[in-house]
Amino acid sequence: MTIQTSLGRRGFLVSGAAVAGGFSLGFHLPFDESVAHAQAVKELNAWVVVHPDDKVVIRIARSEMGQGTLTGLCQLVAEELECDWNKVTWEYPTPGENLKRNRVWKNFSTGGSRGIRESQQYVREGGAIAREMLIAAAAKQWNVPAAECSAANSTITHKASGKTVTYGAVAAAAAGLEPPKEVKLKDPKDWKVAGKPLPRLDTVDKVTGKQIYGMDHTMPGMLVATVRACPVITGKLKSFDASKAEKMPGVKKIFAIDGDAVVVVADTYWRAKTALDAVTTEWNIGDLGKVSTETISEMLKEGLTAKEAFVGNKAGDAQKAIEGAAKKVEATYSFPYQHHVTMEPMNATALYTPDKCEVWCGTQNGEAALAAASEAAGLPIAKCEVYKLMLGGGFGRRGRSDYVRQAVLAAKEMPGTPIKLIWSREEDMTHCQYHPTTMAKMTAGLDAQGNLVGLHIRISGQSILASLLPQNLVNGMDPATFQGLMQSGVEATYGYDIPNLMVDHAMRNPHITAGFWRGVNVNQNAVYMECFMDELAAAAGQDPLAYRLKYLKPKWAAVLKAACDKAGYGKPLPEGRFHGISQVMGYGSYVAGVAEVSVSPDGQLKIHKITAATNPGHVVNPAQIERQVAGSFVYGLSAALYGEITVKDGAVEQTNFDSYNVMRIDEMPDVETVLVPTHDFWGGVGEPTIAVAAPAVLNAIAKATGKRVRNLPLANNDLKKGA
Amino acid sequence: MAVLNVNGKAVEYTAEPDTPLLWVLREQLGLTGTKYGCGIAQCGSCTVHIDGAPVRSCSIPVNAVGTQKVVTIEAIADNGVLNKIQKAWVALDVPQCGYCQSGMVMAATALLAAKPNPTDADIDEAMTNICRCGTYQQVRAAIHAAAKA
Repeated sequence: MTIQTSLGRRGFLVSGAAVAGGFSLGFHLPFDESVAHAQAVKELNAWVVVHPDDKVVIRIARSEMGQGTLTGLCQLVAEELECDWNKVTWEYPTPGENLKRNRVWKNFSTGGSRGIRESQQYVREGGAIAREMLIAAAAKQWNVPAAECSAANSTITHKASGKTVTYGAVAAAAAGLEPPKEVKLKDPKDWKVAGKPLPRLDTVDKVTGKQIYGMDHTMPGMLVATVRACPVITGKLKSFDASKAEKMPGVKKIFAIDGDAVVVVADTYWRAKTALDAVTTEWNIGDLGKVSTETISEMLKEGLTAKEAFVGNKAGDAQKAIEGAAKKVEATYSFPYQHHVTMEPMNATALYTPDKCEVWCGTQNGEAALAAASEAAGLPIAKCEVYKLMLGGGFGRRGRSDYVRQAVLAAKEMPGTPIKLIWSREEDMTHCQYHPTTMAKMTAGLDAQGNLVGLHIRISGQSILASLLPQNLVNGMDPATFQGLMQSGVEATYGYDIPNLMVDHAMRNPHITAGFWRGVNVNQNAVYMECFMDELAAAAGQDPLAYRLKYLKPKWAAVLKAACDKAGYGKPLPEGRFHGISQVMGYGSYVAGVAEVSVSPDGQLKIHKITAATNPGHVVNPAQIERQVAGSFVYGLSAALYGEITVKDGAVEQTNFDSYNVMRIDEMPDVETVLVPTHDFWGGVGEPTIAVAAPAVLNAIAKATGKRVRNLPLANNDLKKGA
Repeated sequence: MAVLNVNGKAVEYTAEPDTPLLWVLREQLGLTGTKYGCGIAQCGSCTVHIDGAPVRSCSIPVNAVGTQKVVTIEAIADNGVLNKIQKAWVALDVPQCGYCQSGMVMAATALLAAKPNPTDADIDEAMTNICRCGTYQQVRAAIHAAAKA
């Protein structure tokens, strides 16, 4: 059994196979009592271990990166388990163990706001099955029918005899029983633990400095590496000169990996970094050196009117309807590359020997990290393992395992020595898989009454799948490009019912790697659609809310109305303040936002208040949803206000927070969250709200200034009166 | 071997004199609660107290610290009990990923020491730390709560 656990805040705790590996290398693993128990205590099933002292260990396969998924998933298991919440703790199973056990924990991938909505069924079943086994063990001990027993708060009761027993006392016996084939899950209206605003399970160590992130991992004999990859992504290393660097203090080894990067290994990070600064490098970048933001922009502009495009959504005949319309409205929008900028730069620790490779890191996808480690090590997956550590932010960035690959390649150069590979912030900023850049040409036809009779959304720009997962393209098309504008499905469906619609995509892929960035393609598609909807309302001389409500389907309309009602939309605002609205359906949830802003005559924007409504279907932890919604505005507005990665001579120009600005506390608006759950589906909450942040603010700015901002970030636009 | 005064103790370390304090704390003294975020004094994840003042440890060379007293997140609790700022942070469940929170707590502790009842404007001025999860609303509420505690 290979399990890493949160119990061991004093050290990295493992048991079974990993312990054998660890001891063979002479590591000191600081066991505490709970772990000594863990070795003796048999699990009830993959999800639940109950210790003799009643402590409940819930195993969570998804990665915690701040979004609160581990607390929410534990609530769901605990709800069905009927255990005492105060006795709950958690641990991560390892990806290697998952494979060995026929993927009993299913998907480790943590992205797309999927943690709760896609695991809820099987984790709740895990809790319910464990509960039934505990009840059966108690019934057997008392020689009474299990049906006469009930469980609550970690105690089983036989009402007729008045007998009670705690979970810990029967857990060992229960673990030997056959699990029930079927269990009935609770109706969410009967929830006592789930659905409640419980505090997170991972807070205390984060305010004392004890929480260990990948960056903090340490091992006896460990060396520290840092890396410089070709500044032009996909470029290659021609040569490097380490003659000066290799004589510097603490330097152990300098070498190239993957034909595109130089690594310095030293006894400390600072020495490795200082030495790397002294390494000179020459790169092969070919024609990529001619690529700039301007050339990429030209490439995308061409796609706006290109003849060929992939069709993502279609109804009626948009072209004909627009041609025959009383009024035609056109606008072109653009959305830049953006960086995730996790607070913790990329890093991973790897230990390679010719017959084993182990990695310790924060990752959003443990199984992908394991596959990357195996490939880089050249060892079968069964001989590799990944131990997940807390992530200092993910936002999609840590779904990719490029940094894991590099750490393993570095470790492979020094077999038997653990190597922690740390990216500097500068390396991190310039070697990301960035939020893709796209443009959109919006063309609409209005009839004489201003009704929207036809709409064409032509997207031109980069495909994430083409960049990262080309095997997932569908006949060359990237369906994810249409997120938020899709015809049907539970993920990101278009909310407007428009008789004649065409949404198509001219794929244009610059060499800059594109990737999943919290909210992904819903973000820019919401800017295009929701800002243009305000433009159409203005062209029709109608109110943006009333205009939207003419076309919005009921669930989309309900959440927008809820946000507007709460914000007092339509009622008088203080002098100089204006409301802007937006809505979207993404990651299974329906969300809307109302921004209240003012713009001073000299162009200073102030976002006073955000009112945000969310219908996630079922609500597992309302307090955490509020935090995700507020945080989504920080993330979405940071991007809207400042987020722009530019390219010069083929390379990313921004290097750190001084050139890639983000929002601080002084710009944080008051965010009020309105939960309007309809309790009939499971939606995600980590991402959808991000998409309404920018359009709500841009729409409010248009009202305040009369200026329609169509290119982001806002920092590139002068909001000054008369500018 | 050189000596620093960290968390009330004289501690020895070995590093080039221009090594940032941050990396001496993290790699020589094992005090990993102080985080590396940017290395250029922008993000505040590495905030420590030097003679009581909040300082970005990534941008001060260790030899410039001298005999000044360095305090890190590991030592701001009151005899092992969370201090009132940490308590407010827990009560309001402030952290998300938590990586920036050591720096946030250190900056807030210094702010409250200087201004026991900070206004929102004081908070805006003092709390320049970056949080990418977007905990700012909770940070502000927790500072006000700690001030009242």
